[in-house]
Amino acid sequence: MEQDLTQYLDYVLIAMMFAVGIAVVRMRNLFAAVMLTGVYSLLSAAWFVSLDAVDVAFTEAAVGAGIGTVLMLAAMLLTAREAKETSPGRHWAALGVVVVAGGALLFAVPDMPVYGDAHSPANSGVGLDYLNETPNDIAVPNVVTAVLASYRGYDTMGETTVVFAAAVAVMLMLGMGRRRRRTGGNGAGKAKVEDQT
Amino acid sequence: MKKHLILRVVSKLLIPLIILYGLYVQFHGDFGAGGGFQAGVIIAVSVILYALIFGMDAAQEAVPPWLIKIGTASGVIVFAGVGFITMLMGGNFLDYDVLHPDLAHRAGQHMGILWVEIGVLLTVTSVMIAVFYAFAGRVPDMSDEEW
Repeated sequence: MEQDLTQYLDYVLIAMMFAVGIAVVRMRNLFAAVMLTGVYSLLSAAWFVSLDAVDVAFTEAAVGAGIGTVLMLAAMLLTAREAKETSPGRHWAALGVVVVAGGALLFAVPDMPVYGDAHSPANSGVGLDYLNETPNDIAVPNVVTAVLASYRGYDTMGETTVVFAAAVAVMLMLGMGRRRRRTGGNGAGKAKVEDQT
Repeated sequence: MKKHLILRVVSKLLIPLIILYGLYVQFHGDFGAGGGFQAGVIIAVSVILYALIFGMDAAQEAVPPWLIKIGTASGVIVFAGVGFITMLMGGNFLDYDVLHPDLAHRAGQHMGILWVEIGVLLTVTSVMIAVFYAFAGRVPDMSDEEW
């Protein structure tokens, strides 16, 4: 059997993601931690490309590495630059949660189909129907778009509404364009920032 | 960021290309990877890059917050509107086939997907910019020492 060499690329990428994850946890400087989460997203996007999930990779690269990092940076500006030291007791509690969750995931691994299995549920059931019927039903080459926008149009409308609701929530809590109104009294805005510090 | 000449020149060159690429991702989503969500994020990134380099005031002058507020809601209206139009034309909600009589080439499906994706693009672009404005508008621009 021919050896599949791309699996070694996957291993390297996963190892790099693991290393970045450890580094993010150990990092005290929040700016560096935010940047490393962006690196993590970019690595996982590269991994998705290797797994032939280009649409997911695209979204991960744009949202995770792009927008997510910038929004985290903007959020970081509202708080401190360094993370506070946490007490060791909370470390142990967090470790316990991670070990239990990780153990449950590892427990489920044997039930998963083998990677690339043609008879896995995803490849044999309704997924195969979508692949077969899309050229007749929708006649667009990208099946992902066909499923997203047409077969599952309701879902995508719900997602759009959720995104809209998120923006409404952020606008209600943080307000928008407040800076504009303050431009007349720029000094007042500055003074307020200084008061907080 | 008054001094950073290289950053300003490079970003001025890049921002139109980023928007162009976003439009490509939007309208090529039927054929390749991409679609409204990704295109919306890419176009929002171009505005955010502009805000990071030239400051929030310049960005809010170019893309004012009231426009963003209209954009967030109108995308959902466009998406749901396509559904109601298909209902008015005698089909089910979001049943694009009734939009165009050319069933052999599924022209109705293509039209429906195009409009629905435009709705997604509008909402996602506006929401991303809105969230960025909401966060970044509350603090003074990041000074050089903080990098």
